[in-house]
Formats: sequence, structure tokens, C-alpha cells
Amino acid sequence: MYTQEMLDSIRKVEATRQERLGHEPRRMTESEKNELLYKYHPDYRQDNFSVLKIGPNKGDKVPDELADLLQGNSRIKDEEMDLSKVDYDVDVLVIGGGGAGASAAIEAHEGGANVMIVTKLRIGDANTMMAEGGIQAADKENDSPAIHYLDALGGGHYANKPELLYKLVTEAPSAIKWLNDLGVMFDKAPDGTMITTHGGGTSRKRMHAAKDYSGAEIMRVLRDEVINRGIPVIDFTSAVELILDDEGKAAGAVLMNMETKEYMVARAKTVIIATGGAGRLHYQGFPTSNHYGATADGLILGYRAGAKLLYADTLQYHPTGAAYPEQIFGALVTEKVRSLGAMLVNVNGEAFMHPLETRDVSAASIIRECDDRKKGVSTPSGSGVWLDTPMIEIIHGEGTIEKRIPGMLRMYSKYGIDIRKVPILVYPTLHYQNGGLEINAECLTTVENLYAAGEVAGGIHGRNRLMGNSLLDVIVFGRNAGKNAAKRCKEVKLGRLTLDHVSRFSKEMEAAGIKSSCISPKLLPIYTRRHDK
Amino acid sequence: MEQMVNVFLMGKKYSVPANLTIMGAMEYAGYQLIRGCGCRNGFCGACATIYRIKDDRELKVCLACQTKVQENMYIATLPFFPLVKQIYNINEIRPTEQIMMQLYPEIYRCIGCNACTKSCTQELNVMQYIAFAQRGEYEKCAEESFDCVMCGVCSSRCPAGISHPQVALLARRLTGKYLRPGSEHLEKRICEIENGNFKELLEGLMQKPVEELKELYNNREIEK
Repeated sequence: MYTQEMLDSIRKVEATRQERLGHEPRRMTESEKNELLYKYHPDYRQDNFSVLKIGPNKGDKVPDELADLLQGNSRIKDEEMDLSKVDYDVDVLVIGGGGAGASAAIEAHEGGANVMIVTKLRIGDANTMMAEGGIQAADKENDSPAIHYLDALGGGHYANKPELLYKLVTEAPSAIKWLNDLGVMFDKAPDGTMITTHGGGTSRKRMHAAKDYSGAEIMRVLRDEVINRGIPVIDFTSAVELILDDEGKAAGAVLMNMETKEYMVARAKTVIIATGGAGRLHYQGFPTSNHYGATADGLILGYRAGAKLLYADTLQYHPTGAAYPEQIFGALVTEKVRSLGAMLVNVNGEAFMHPLETRDVSAASIIRECDDRKKGVSTPSGSGVWLDTPMIEIIHGEGTIEKRIPGMLRMYSKYGIDIRKVPILVYPTLHYQNGGLEINAECLTTVENLYAAGEVAGGIHGRNRLMGNSLLDVIVFGRNAGKNAAKRCKEVKLGRLTLDHVSRFSKEMEAAGIKSSCISPKLLPIYTRRHDK
Repeated sequence: MEQMVNVFLMGKKYSVPANLTIMGAMEYAGYQLIRGCGCRNGFCGACATIYRIKDDRELKVCLACQTKVQENMYIATLPFFPLVKQIYNINEIRPTEQIMMQLYPEIYRCIGCNACTKSCTQELNVMQYIAFAQRGEYEKCAEESFDCVMCGVCSSRCPAGISHPQVALLARRLTGKYLRPGSEHLEKRICEIENGNFKELLEGLMQKPVEELKELYNNREIEK
């Protein structure tokens, strides 16, 4: 499967392996990291960002692709919508059927609310399903929520909102227990002790996992629980605009059947946006590890209704996306591969960095190795560096790869690559939206009765998220959003439904001289050849 | 000029680059996918696909996002399959042998044809995990079925009408909740947090200036 050039380089990797095994590379100092990020991390390439001209974040910069959508045209701009004809009438409307949406729905149901999920694909078609590595929680003797807090804060460049981070770390152990009690099969020792490992930037081994199907295992259990509870799931139906009431409070959404394009009205006392991330916008032309529907819809819906964004200019490029073979270009190679001991190695077989630096630092370091230092290995789509997977079984013994990262073994074996015997090529891939809709500790956005949870929310992770804090965040904040929305809906008296904010936004665009041919939210990426070329 | 192959999407012929996946080939041909496409990485089971290479007797199955096209491939996608999912309250049921009998009695109609195993897109030993479920060996069923993406192809091939992925999911939830031992350290930590043990420490951190936090972060001890 590998080219001759790759095979030649593999020989060099093999030649240095024994020596590398006994030697842990030095971690970078703070100033080395800062310099590296500033020079090589995509977040710092200023020419790929635009300043927003209108809306709650007027004057802030966001990636070009996001700016186009935020300042784009509503799908229902020229539609006559009759809001008095209500198709769905609920207490809590959850938009999005991933980990956060499902957790929110379960807790809202538990809280006695009449809750409904709408999702533009199927429930479970979400980044949660694809999270491989694990979920953090400080539940071991040598660990504490305070150490977890400090790890996440330093990793997030001290920009995390303290009250959100406090919630994340203090509710982590109970989130694990909640999942365990729903029937999630965590990796455990025979005595019940959770098997935990490091992730990039963690100072204690607190990564809980379910093999390398951690997110899939969590998602399929949550989905099953949603169905068992009889919570209605309206699938293949997207939300295309929020509906407010005449006091400016969230009051539902205009829905669209993805297949028939029929519009419907959902009225709700509280709305939870849980639409996930934005990898499918392919910022700066990067490939992505994200699922098909990750198109930032929630940011658009919220922004038009007046919700503020926080850190929408920071994205996470996962350092180890598959660089080869082409069929899996951009697919995620879980960080767990590095947690288990595989090193990052250049074309000459040199370990050019410590394998467990934080994700932003690791990504920037790989980009520097390939672009500037020219020590990457050429691939059809660019270049990559080696992730020396055979080290794992030398360190932990034969059979470890099949037991701990079976998904990775399977993904590569389909292309004739046995990761137990040969290393694999990786390059950064667009992975996570660090920022999003600004929320408070109750998961409320800046719009009344509008909640947000999961990847669509911003502030929890500051400007860079650690591995294992996202699965944790969707559970902790998904649950909180569901509980709070259910509680709140009991006091809500809905006013008259309106879409005035949509026409107001459109007038603001006009006044600011924005002429856009872009229709948003985007809903799905377009990969057909006609548009590709 | 890139190498091309002929494929037949729902019977219609298209010429597509040979290095594409089936999903990529459909998009290359002009399909804007709504159904039958999810994570695009082999985890979600949305893109179950059945194909036959011309003149080959064997019917093959795969995930469209994980499989390269071949010359003369006849492709039919299976974006939805009506699996039977029984409703239960996980807090009320127990991992007894009877529970499978009550919820999924059709598993005892298995005729041992092994069509499920042959058709698994994840190469799991499906018939074996159903056998474990029949015997109430839920932990074994859970382990054997763990990598299931619930695409439903096995069920589409089953003459007994078994919904294998749902049986396996029930076995896994029973295993995770009831059969695996609890975690003492987890319970202990939850108690400590509820008692407010870390409150002061955390609130202290929350109020510290960034310079002090940097000092703490950069000098923190890292577990080997």
C-alpha cells in the first residue's frame, strides 16, 4: 500500500525505534509553545479571517467561511410563514440529536417536561458518535477536580470561563456514573477500577474509555434511552430559523423536512440548541474528522436571533488526521494512539516533539515539520509525519492494539496497512470548534429561554480544548441544559410568535452594504463534482 | 489522466475515478446525499451498502464510506432498515435469561445459517453473539458485539427476522449497568465533591490572577 519513498522512510523509522523507546522527548517551554503557535497554528493566519459587520459580535473576527454564513440570507426570506399554524407544540425543543441533544432530552424528560428532538439527519449522526479516545473525570486517588481545572485552563490558554470550567470538572465524576448506570461499558479492571490513561496536556491519567469506540458506545446508549423513554425524535428535519415571541424570548423554530423541503412550525417554551460543530465548513481548506452535518447551523440560528458568540475565531486542528491513504484523508486517528506510547517521527526517523503536548501545539509542530523544515513524507494530498504505532505493542505487549484501539486497526487494515507492524502517516485535520454561542453556568445564551449545550457552546474550553473534555462537556452541559430548560418552561408564558428578528437582520445587512448570495444555515456540505471543481 | 472504473449506482452506469470510496463515487456522479451518509468514518452505520461484482455469485456488503469502488460494481444502498427495537426501562429489567426471551424471543428461531456473520460490515461473529444472548451470557455477547455500528445489514439477511444490533445493544447495556463491577473510587469521589471537599480549593483557583495560574500550570507535576 505504501509508496517506495514511504517504505524507504519507514526503514529509517525502524532504525531509530529502539533508541527512541528508552528516551522521552523533552516537553516545550511556554515561550517555545507560544512562538510555535503564533508562527504555525492556522488560528493565527490573519488573512483567513473577516470582521463581522453586523450582529451581536459586530467588530469581532471569525473565519471567512463562518462570516459568510453568519451574514448570509435566511432560507425563509421570501417565504410567507404562517406562525399561527403550529405543527408541533412542546415545552422543550431540542435542536440536534448528538450527545448533548440526547442528554438534554433525557434530563428534560426526567424533569417532567414534554420534550422533542429535531435533527437534520438521524439521532446519533453526530461528532459524539466518532469520539474515539475517551472522557475525562478526576476520580482517582492522586487526582482532583482542581488539578483537572488547572490542566484544562492551561490547555485553554487561561481563556476558559471559570464558572463553566468549575461545572465541567466538578460534575465530571457524576457524569461518568450517570453513563455507567445507563449501561455504558467503560474499560475497567476486574475489581471495577476504571482504566484511565493520559491525553495531551493532562497531568494525571484521567481518560476513561470504552476501547476506541468511547463516543459510539456513549451515543448508542443515549439514543436507546431516548427511544425507551418515548421522546419524539423528528429526524431528517432541520431547524432553519428560531422563532421568538414578541418579548424577544425564544419560542420555537421553523423546521424543514430535509427530503420534501416542507416547512413546519414548532412552538416551544424553551429551546436548546445542540447542533454541534463546523468541521464541514473546511476552514482554510483543511480536511475534517467531523461528521457530515457539522456545518455550524446553531451559530447561525442563534446569531440571527441575537445570541452572542464567544471565541468563534478559535478552531481545533487535531494533530493526527489520517494523511494517507487518500480514501481516509482527514479521518481521525485517536489521540489514544499517542497516549499508548506511539511517537511522532519525521521522514528521517527523528522524534521531533513530545507526543503528548496539547493539540494546538502538536498540530503547529507537525505543520512546522512538514512545511518549514521539509521533514515530512510526501503524500498525494500533501505531506505527513509518521505516528509510530508499532511502539505500542513493544511497550504494552502483543495484543494491546486489538484490545485498546480496535477501530484504528480496522480502519487501516481495510487498506492493507497493519498498524501493529508499520507506522502510519498523519497531518492535522479540522476537528473541533473551541468557541460558539456564549452561555452562562445554566447553559443560557444571551437570548432569554434559549439554551445551548455541547460543541455549539463556547467558553468552557477557552481557546483550545483538551482531549476527553468534549465528550465530558456534551454530557455535563447537555444534562444541565435539559434540567434547566425543563424547570424554566414551567414559568414561561409565551407571547405572540414572530420572525421579525429575521427581517430585521436582513435590513441590517442591507444597511451595512452586505450583498450576499449565501443562504444559511448551510445544513449540509456540497461534495458533488459539479460544485467541487 | 486518473484511472477510471465503471460502477452501476442502483443499476445506472457511471464512470468514476478508481481511487474513490463508494460514497465518494456517488458524490462524483452528482448525488447530493441526505440519507445514507453520516460520520463518513465508519462509526455510525448510516451508509450500509450491498453490492455484487458483475458475474460474481456472491453478494457482498460494506459501508460505503469505507470501501473503494471496483470495476463493474453493482451498488445498492440501504439507508434505512426496519429493525425491531423493544422498549424497556433499564432500571427495572435485570440481566436474567428470561429478559431476552421476553423482549427478543425471535433469537430462538435462529436456524444457524450464519448469513448474519457473513454479511457483517464490521466482520463481527454475529451468529456467535446471538448464541451467547440465547444462553443469557450477556457479557460475552457484549464483548463479541462491541464494534457493532448498527447498520442493520445482518438483519436484512436474516431468515428468522432477528434484529441482531438491538439484541446486542440490550446485552451491552445489561453488562455495563449490572454485570461489570462498580467503581469504588468513582463513588468515593462523587461523595467528596458533594461534601464540598474541593470547593474552597477551586474557588481559590478561580480568583487567582493569570500570572499566578501560569506559574502553577507550568510547574505542575505530571504523572508518569
